[in-house]
Amino acid sequence: MAACKEKDAKLEAIASSIRVVPNFPKPGIMFQDITTLLLNPKAFRNVVELFVDRYIDKGISVVAGVEARGFIFGAPIALAIGAKFIPLRKPRKLPGEVISEKYDLEYGTDCLEMHIGAVQPEDRALVVDDLIATGGTLCAAINLLERAGAEVVECACVIELPELKV
Amino acid sequence: MAACKEKDAKLEAIASSIRVVPNFPKPGIMFQDITTLLLNPKAFRNVVELFVDRYIDKGISVVAGVEARGFIFGAPIALAIGAKFIPLRKPRKLPGEVISEKYDLEYGTDCLEMHIGAVQPEDRALVVDDLIATGGTLCAAINLLERAGAEVVECACVIELPELKGRERLKGKPLHILVESH
Repeated sequence: MAACKEKDAKLEAIASSIRVVPNFPKPGIMFQDITTLLLNPKAFRNVVELFVDRYIDKGISVVAGVEARGFIFGAPIALAIGAKFIPLRKPRKLPGEVISEKYDLEYGTDCLEMHIGAVQPEDRALVVDDLIATGGTLCAAINLLERAGAEVVECACVIELPELKV
Repeated sequence: MAACKEKDAKLEAIASSIRVVPNFPKPGIMFQDITTLLLNPKAFRNVVELFVDRYIDKGISVVAGVEARGFIFGAPIALAIGAKFIPLRKPRKLPGEVISEKYDLEYGTDCLEMHIGAVQPEDRALVVDDLIATGGTLCAAINLLERAGAEVVECACVIELPELKGRERLKGKPLHILVESH
């Protein structure tokens, strides 16, 4: 179908706009850099539209974006589907009362926080980040939203590193 | 005019959706928290539309958002006006080659970085952040863009703290804000 070919063309353009930076943040890591996608207004718009098309009719009331690249994709999606936008942040960035969720890193742990009261038990949530690697951050995000009583409908990322088996 | 009253009503709703959190991040600071605005889809949409209406015809080719709350407002503005979006980030977050600009804090200094090659000399740039206080961060953002040869057309923030006179530290660049907080 013409619509599929059009979508494939969009996805191919999106994929080729992403830059791989070797050995960042440390030797051996091939970093998936979405900043070059953001320099391509058409590709950036297509990313957002592809997500919005998927979620517009799913009764999503909350989009939770993972700091900081998740803000860049999550905020436009939230605006387009009329949902609340909730920033999930590193420790001590959010003012006021928060709940925290720890998660494992390769070495050590990190922590994600969400405002108390941002989410209600009847909320249907979408979690957005630029990339999923091991899934540790997204799992922490899901935990925060569920602890507040929301239903996490789906997680949405631009890029997946499938070999990391999430 | 009806349009002015409508805009005033929008601005009032925006202002009242912002939460003030006392003594954050330290005693004495009344922190302007925009997360409550983001929980109000109509107010958030109005913020973006008010900026987009202003910039849509100004030939802006680049929107530079200051990490991290500047991403939340800057990215939707960039999308709506068809401009490139450039994240200006804290040190060691951007992969690849960057230029860095130091700026003063109350105690000590901090640093903002931008990718080399993100911006071209013919680019016309808008800088976006959620709030302007002393203007130090925005000044660093202007410097990064100008060092890369771009023209900074304006700075846009949701909130201004006018007593801190940040407006005077923008190298003569105009500032556009939606709400003032005293």
